Amino acid sequence: MKLKLKVWRQQNNKDKGGFQTYDVVAEEHMSFLEMMDVLNESLIEKQETPVAFEHDCREGICGSCNMVINGRPHGPNSGTTTCQLHMRFFKDGDTIVVEPWRSRAFPVIKDLVVNRSSFDRIIQAGGYVSVNTGQAPDGNSIPIEKDIAGEAMDAATCIGCGACVAACPNGSAMLFTAAKVSHLALMPQGKVESSRRAKNMVATMDKEGFGMCSNIGACEADCPKEISIDNIARLNREYVGSVFGGA
Amino acid sequence: MSLDSKIPKGDLADKWTKYKSNMPLVAPNNKRRLEVIVVGTGLAGASAAATLGELGYKVKAFTFHDSPRRAHSIAAQGGINASKNYQNDGDSTYRLFYDTIKGGDYRSREANVHRLAEVSTDIIDQCVAQGVPFARDYGGLLDNRSFGGVQVSRTFYAKGQTGQQLLIGAYQALSRQISLGNVTMYNRHEMMDMVKVDGKARGIIARNLLTGELERHAAHCVILASGGYGNVFYLSTNAMGCNVSAAWRSVRKGALMANPCFTQIHPTCIPVSGDYQSKLTLMSESLRNDGRIWVPKSKEDAKAIREKRKKGVDIAEGDRDYYLERRYPAFGNLVPRDVASRAAKVVCDDGHGVAPTGLGVFLDFASAIQRYGKSEANSQGLDTNNQKLVTELGTKVIEAKYGNLFEMYEKITGEDPYTNPMKIYPAVHYTMGGLWVDYNLQTNIEGLFALGECNFSDHGANRLGASALMQGLADGYFVIPYTVGTFLANEIRTPAFDPNTAEFTKAEAEVRVRLESLVSNKGTKSVESFHKRLGLIMWDYCGMARSEEGLKKGRQMIRDLKAEFYADVFVPGTQDEFNPELEKAARVADLIEHGELMMVDALDRNESCGGHFREEYTTTEGEALRRDDEYTYVSAWEWDDDNPVLHKEELVFENVELKTRSYK
Repeated sequence: MKLKLKVWRQQNNKDKGGFQTYDVVAEEHMSFLEMMDVLNESLIEKQETPVAFEHDCREGICGSCNMVINGRPHGPNSGTTTCQLHMRFFKDGDTIVVEPWRSRAFPVIKDLVVNRSSFDRIIQAGGYVSVNTGQAPDGNSIPIEKDIAGEAMDAATCIGCGACVAACPNGSAMLFTAAKVSHLALMPQGKVESSRRAKNMVATMDKEGFGMCSNIGACEADCPKEISIDNIARLNREYVGSVFGGA
Repeated sequence: MSLDSKIPKGDLADKWTKYKSNMPLVAPNNKRRLEVIVVGTGLAGASAAATLGELGYKVKAFTFHDSPRRAHSIAAQGGINASKNYQNDGDSTYRLFYDTIKGGDYRSREANVHRLAEVSTDIIDQCVAQGVPFARDYGGLLDNRSFGGVQVSRTFYAKGQTGQQLLIGAYQALSRQISLGNVTMYNRHEMMDMVKVDGKARGIIARNLLTGELERHAAHCVILASGGYGNVFYLSTNAMGCNVSAAWRSVRKGALMANPCFTQIHPTCIPVSGDYQSKLTLMSESLRNDGRIWVPKSKEDAKAIREKRKKGVDIAEGDRDYYLERRYPAFGNLVPRDVASRAAKVVCDDGHGVAPTGLGVFLDFASAIQRYGKSEANSQGLDTNNQKLVTELGTKVIEAKYGNLFEMYEKITGEDPYTNPMKIYPAVHYTMGGLWVDYNLQTNIEGLFALGECNFSDHGANRLGASALMQGLADGYFVIPYTVGTFLANEIRTPAFDPNTAEFTKAEAEVRVRLESLVSNKGTKSVESFHKRLGLIMWDYCGMARSEEGLKKGRQMIRDLKAEFYADVFVPGTQDEFNPELEKAARVADLIEHGELMMVDALDRNESCGGHFREEYTTTEGEALRRDDEYTYVSAWEWDDDNPVLHKEELVFENVELKTRSYK
């Protein structure tokens, strides 16, 4: 299949950047990133600079890859990371537009690579259980209802890719933050410091320059792990508790 | 050089307890002054950095990723072992120890493995306390499943994302220490060299990957937790960035590389589909709990499937060869990985393969769907003879257990594994070999430690499923926080190191020259093209089956490839900028040298054991022929560009009788 790629090229954070068009011949069995590899190999052959993009596990779990493809974070398929997207979902002759995440809190480093350290700082603000190694009681000392553990797992499945932020017109990180607050609030081990956690994580989220949540739901639609927007409701409950509950 | 494993004296079961009671301690006021560098933030590195931070050491942690949450530990699917015996099925510390020694084909150290089995239960407790959402049964207690090579259920799991949940747990613990100021985190920093001062490891040269700037970091000791070298094969289940450089740079500074030829080929991966392929994807071993592996008995049927004239479901039950169940009735589809992989190679080499390339076998869930469906129908009081209903109910059970894996398979292949059996084939997955370490996890260089997949210590010649997560977290949470004290207790009078001494500036200058030679080379070929060729050489001559002739040829091919690499590689850009191609070039250069050492090691080991299968050494039944009389040793290699030097650590078995492994 012959494709036309319009790829965002930007030398560094100070460069204005712009689209460049490339012709690529791909096969339908390729993953999207393997198609990008083909493009880069052809650029290197011409002694040009390859397109910088972030990737690592290429199996949808590390959260490194982050391309906005034809206007959607991680491309057209729901519940799919960029690395899991395969070329059989495109047609011969297609033009594909590839851009980086665009958000104030994720400045571009080069081409399609952005800086997502703000997510780490949100976790550092309280996205953990305050327990040291060696302090744990027996793993079975607190039974946890199967469905509750399952619900916590669904929230904990977040890969920290930032698609939620890229999808949100406000550039909000509410789904990311809510997934962590929810995961830990649902587990009895994390419930103890839940209000404090919610308050500190939300404060850091605001400080990092993420936008407000206005319940649009684009985050949920583009989340490659299909994390439910219901988690945001739970975050709001925990947060309200922290502000008015005296915690 | 004599290798002292520093195994404590006394009974096997008491060694670790006594060691902990007698080891030198570092007082809290001294811990605050002692600096520790941790390289890598996967399970082993993140758990070590977090725990050492909690203890009060001044920790600097380094990752080449943009965040400490991305290391490839995250992709481990199936689970983590622990001898909790929650299932009351006869598990114990001794049994986990024994299974691991036997699974490793008697090429690991008894004392290290027993310690691993001892701390396994603490890991589960710790992770639960961190809020890791392990799978639970209806009573709210932790659930378990079985893995290959064992006959008890001791594997704890979180759907098919156990590695992710454990890594996020360690990442969160690390994040807490970062926020408390006990750990300084260096993201997007790659270790380029290890620096020795007066023979001891005292720091690293790190490259800030965003700016290209080289930085000198000093500390009282250096802990490497930089993962394995599976990417030497180019195609593997490893992440694209996995590399051997931190370990290899240390080898070039005198550290010994142990058992490099012990590599694990995982039996259940999605088969290769084309030349452009960049990596392979694992399908968790847990699938072998319910999936049955088979190929058609007739080569004509196999050919028809390859040519898409027939499908797996078209082959009648009697025309299928469930070859693992046939050859190994006691363990069936749950034989260890090395055994399952070789058996797949045998049937495919014989013309029974079912993937278009000829390299693929079926992993079939049809009978599990029927079995679970009948059980569900029965418990709901429904008609167990209603075929459609039973299939529907059974499919739901399978979906609940393995849904995300089936989805991943469907995404990659475009085929529905609920109605057609999966196609799988072995792929490189894990490396048992690694830096030689003693009982303290210290290498032969004082002050240099290695944890997790980066060391060679616990898995012998073959790792059992769900044991990598166990070892990574054991090393990081429960071993190094103690054993590092044996070194640091003697360092309390050593002031903080100055990173501007001659040793550091010299090391930095050498790194600069090395990188400059790569970017200024006027070559024509991409780094990727060399990496692919390296992978093919390794797979052909040092893969699932090895021979003296092949290994000699392979070694020469690698040496030629190395010469061609330095003469003809093209790396765009400069070293003073964000340059992913340069990062890759430096890593591939190290993988090439390491690949040569693997050939040398495989050639030395004239026996078949675990993942190392030498065609010359087989039993009359075609099984691996281990040669305990001559090869019951750890091969620890000192690097030399022409003639690497072998140092042997004899393995002493005081508690386990060496037997021919049998899973029949």
